[in-house]
Amino acid sequence: MSERGLIFARSEEQRSLARFVDETDVGLRRDVPLVPAASIAGRALVTVVAIMTFLAGLTAGTAMLIANAADGWRGAVAREMTIQVRPVTGRDLDADVAAALGAARAIPGIADVYAYSKAQSEALLTPWLGTGLDLSELPVPRLIVVKLDPKATLDVEALRKAVTDKVPNATIDDHRLWLQRLSIMAGTVVVIAFVIFALVMAAMVLAVGFATRGAMAGNREIIEVLHLVGAADGYISRQFQRHFFRLGLRGGLIGGGAAILVFLLSGSISALMRSTAGGDQLQAMFGSFALSAKGYGVIALIACGVAVTTGLVSRLIVFRRLRELM
Amino acid sequence: MVRFENVGLRYGMGGEILKDISFEIEPHSFQFLTGPSGAGKTTLLRLILLSLKPTRGLISLFNKDASQLSKDAITDLRRRVGVVFQDFRLLDHLTTYENVALPLRVQGRDESSYRAEVVELLRWVGLGEHMHALPPVLSGGEKQRAAIARALIVRPELLLADEPTGNVDPTLARRLLRLFAELHKSGTAVVIATHDLALMDQFETARRLVLGDCRLHIYE
Repeated sequence: MSERGLIFARSEEQRSLARFVDETDVGLRRDVPLVPAASIAGRALVTVVAIMTFLAGLTAGTAMLIANAADGWRGAVAREMTIQVRPVTGRDLDADVAAALGAARAIPGIADVYAYSKAQSEALLTPWLGTGLDLSELPVPRLIVVKLDPKATLDVEALRKAVTDKVPNATIDDHRLWLQRLSIMAGTVVVIAFVIFALVMAAMVLAVGFATRGAMAGNREIIEVLHLVGAADGYISRQFQRHFFRLGLRGGLIGGGAAILVFLLSGSISALMRSTAGGDQLQAMFGSFALSAKGYGVIALIACGVAVTTGLVSRLIVFRRLRELM
Repeated sequence: MVRFENVGLRYGMGGEILKDISFEIEPHSFQFLTGPSGAGKTTLLRLILLSLKPTRGLISLFNKDASQLSKDAITDLRRRVGVVFQDFRLLDHLTTYENVALPLRVQGRDESSYRAEVVELLRWVGLGEHMHALPPVLSGGEKQRAAIARALIVRPELLLADEPTGNVDPTLARRLLRLFAELHKSGTAVVIATHDLALMDQFETARRLVLGDCRLHIYE
């Protein structure tokens, strides 16, 4: 066979060679990345992405924890109201309390009403005034706790009118101020978390940008050869996107995994500390300090999002740089 | 196939390194591009491959005005051209097989569709035993042959070879030249940049494009 034939003819000999190659598989590697996988810059980027994902995961998890706790406080506060009956000269405080209880019970939408006894009311002052004092001389107001029926709607104004008509020295605290402050606090926490999250993501995008440019500079020869052997810009940018997606995924999994581990540990530690005084305070503030399944899902989502962002950012930068080349 | 009209090229604000270059490369033709080192042979090949933009003049490749082509269209045209670079330009992290298969791989072809073809070509250029070797362990001549195989694997309509026999012994040089001649007979237009007079003497009928003093002189 001529030299030309050897190269260009699809002869029987070549077909049998094809069969031989297919059947025996001469150990040729398939789909080897065109952008070399291992490099110092690659390891540095994995570290940066891991740290960023860890911070983003922590931020999102903490924000969710606080938002959930705030929801809990808000729910507890919103389900209760307080009627305060102040002692007034010339009026029988116990009678006023009984009248206020009766008036409150008559209003629909209330699940339960009970009054703190004189002793209970005085006990509430103990943390501020200390023990051993004779409080009988002090005009200590009496408190009535109104538990709201979650299935019904309460007409607060009707309750206020009914109570104050019968007991003019009574005031109703519907905890609106508290609710407002809690809403503002929860909103602020979420906004701060979002800002931190956005900053972390922006820093990560910049880091990926620098790494991509560095990788492009380091692989200039490869890009040029790919161009000259007929690779389209889309093909070349896909190679870089795949490379950086893998790096991003590795970093994301490490960082996201670490964040998940932190929340798992914090949940376990807070459970162990439940019997201590500090643990009690934490429990009161943040519940069990354990992230919900949704929270872990969000962190996993962030890790995947980081990998996708890493790939897309590198693709965008490579595409832009390739456009500058002829 | 390739047409240059009054093409000039300068880098930055310097003087023109190529002046008023006008020539045509016909289909099925065979020519040597020669001239002293530094005369601009590689630069001229890069202009033909549209990897450099001229500062003036008109270049058309496969009857298409290069200045009017989109990037995708340039990519399509490059796929019809095989190139052998002077410095081989093999990718060091890919095996010889993967380097030779690269032009087919970047076209998105399935590996199984070209494996036999690549293996056959590698065996023919004497690299059958080095299919799995990475370029850094190949000798200069072996790299040269791998680079030639990579250019030929796409069955190009135009072959541009920059000093293709610079690193091989005379026997292999003659064998490679015979291969280029066979390619030419099969319809491929061939441009070989060389300053090897002995090589050119083996093909006395070939046209010679001689670069000197930034200009091109053609000897039919």
